[in-house]
Amino acid sequence: MMRLLSELCLLNGISGDESRVREYIIRQIEGFCEYKVDNLGNIIAFKKGELTPGKRILVSAHMDEVGFIVNYINDDGNLKISSVGGIEATAALGKRVLVGESEISGVIGSVAVHNLSKEEREKSPSISALCVDIGAENKEEAEKFVNLGDSVCFEPDFQEIGNGKILSKAIDDRFGCAVMIKLLQCELKYDTYFTFVVQEETGLRGAKVAAYTVNPDVAVVLEATTASDIPGADNEKKVCVQGNGPVVSFMDRSTIYSRELYKLAFDTAKDIGIPCQTKTMIAGGNDAGAIHTTRGGVKTIAVSLPCRYIHSPSGVADVRDIESSYKLVKEMLQRI
Amino acid sequence: MDLKSVLFDLCRADGVSGDETSAASVALRELKKFTDEAFSDDFGNVFAKIDNKKNKTILLDAHIDQVGFIVNYITDEGFLKFSPVGGIDKRLLPATKVEVLTADGKLEGVITSCPPHLSKDSDKAPSYDELYIDVGLGKDEATAKIPLGSRVLFKAEPMTLLGDRVSSRALDDRAGVATILRALELVGTSSEYNIDVAFSCQEETGESGAKMLSFKSDCDLAIAVDVSFAYSQGEDKEKCGEMGKGAMIGIAPSLSKDFSNALIRLAKENNLPYQLEVMSSQTGTDADAIVVSKGGVKSVTLSIPLKYMHTPVEVVSLSDIENTALLISEFLKAGELL
Repeated sequence: MMRLLSELCLLNGISGDESRVREYIIRQIEGFCEYKVDNLGNIIAFKKGELTPGKRILVSAHMDEVGFIVNYINDDGNLKISSVGGIEATAALGKRVLVGESEISGVIGSVAVHNLSKEEREKSPSISALCVDIGAENKEEAEKFVNLGDSVCFEPDFQEIGNGKILSKAIDDRFGCAVMIKLLQCELKYDTYFTFVVQEETGLRGAKVAAYTVNPDVAVVLEATTASDIPGADNEKKVCVQGNGPVVSFMDRSTIYSRELYKLAFDTAKDIGIPCQTKTMIAGGNDAGAIHTTRGGVKTIAVSLPCRYIHSPSGVADVRDIESSYKLVKEMLQRI
Repeated sequence: MDLKSVLFDLCRADGVSGDETSAASVALRELKKFTDEAFSDDFGNVFAKIDNKKNKTILLDAHIDQVGFIVNYITDEGFLKFSPVGGIDKRLLPATKVEVLTADGKLEGVITSCPPHLSKDSDKAPSYDELYIDVGLGKDEATAKIPLGSRVLFKAEPMTLLGDRVSSRALDDRAGVATILRALELVGTSSEYNIDVAFSCQEETGESGAKMLSFKSDCDLAIAVDVSFAYSQGEDKEKCGEMGKGAMIGIAPSLSKDFSNALIRLAKENNLPYQLEVMSSQTGTDADAIVVSKGGVKSVTLSIPLKYMHTPVEVVSLSDIENTALLISEFLKAGELL
């Protein structure tokens, strides 16, 4: 699982440019299931189980990650960028990136602190003020290496840190992809559909069409969610706590989850002896928002991995949570 | 020497002010290629004497330290509270990867980033009060492994950008150290001066090393090689040099005007690119300490244009380092200009 996750996190695939991730996943699942790639680039896979259930079951995770897109080249050769998905400017300032198909190295620079006024030092910059410097001397040189519309990703660097934690970009949602690959590679009790979808970060687009195609009765979304169990965050504002297991929420900003599946998740966790927690804030959203309103409606639940510093080059997740999330989902699929 | 590879080795070494031993040892290793009379001291300074049996001695100085952080508290959750060592823009700290130096090696971590749902006023930059380092350990483990006072560095492996531009942490002032090493190589045995070399500790926290080493040196002249602002978006052109346009020759009340003029003349004669950096009082470099050492030292600054100073993604052009080294070596060869 950790090998899969690290390889997935090292791939670059912002929303709308997920082909590297898709190709990697196809190599992993080939031979374990039937699959097709749809018009938007979603992978729709079907795995035959021992039994064919009365309900059609879907498990879904997204392949894309947040990043930027080049929208202009300045005369001085610097690239102007817009964010693809939600990124705080402070999480991007002073970071390293890769640009375009050929993955040109660049840095998101910043005016020297010496030259900032007192007011400027206290104010976060806006994304529109950020530039990527690839070392080009001028616009003409930059244009030899970069095209408008090129993707910009945080430089990948997967590390194990501390006591059983990982540090990487794109844990959101390569975690979900890794769990699904692992499930596809085992024997399952029931026939199950798996969708690896595109463009979650820019508006749940891939999931919307993939769920239409699969036409499920029940769906389990695998995601990464904000953990702010950091000093200074009190009680419910922590949202969830690392090491306390997968997160199953009753409601977020895009979905009110199925009561029945919510109970099933907690009962299952209890039965197999793994921790499980809920979100203490009604915040965030994920592909469940698109899936649960598909066609005549789909009973949906999300199982999420607590991830600190999500949507940055340096997310942190707990390996124990990853393992227990996998166990929980695998067991839930036998009980749905 | 392979300039880029020496520069990258220097940048990979650790040397937050007050804990420069590792950077000093790499600099000393390189310096010993030019003289046996090279030493490091307990403070983290590196000093060398090259006695060419000449009448006058020149001190070539660059600082060996870099900006970083120091751990001053560990929270109940195992997060590290830290303070900056040197001036650092806190706006870029969230989600920055760092290395915590301990007696048993480096621990990797990341500076916390407040998620959007918790920021009260999204326009306000984070303050040091609300930033922590997450090394993935609980309090007991963190306390056992990380003594208070441990230094923390930006994690940033040196890398090559387009052309001859490179990006790394600590180019301020390992670029200066590399410049001096390259100048020594270029001048070979042709120097008309005795040369003292100072790679000084603790510049970022008040030029302490330069004070110590200029006392140790019996120099008549000194060149402080540091970095200065290269123009990039958002900067004021009036306050900046231009990347790729050669050494920035310093002119300031505290510096020797004769020395500045001699370098300008020499640059013109040798067709070396140069630009002027005019400062109205102190220079903010080791030169400020060296000028007033002992009975006084005729000093000048030479600066390498650098973008994004004091960040993990500083950028310099290798041609600027080479051209600055050439200018220094021409000065050493010329002799008796002052």
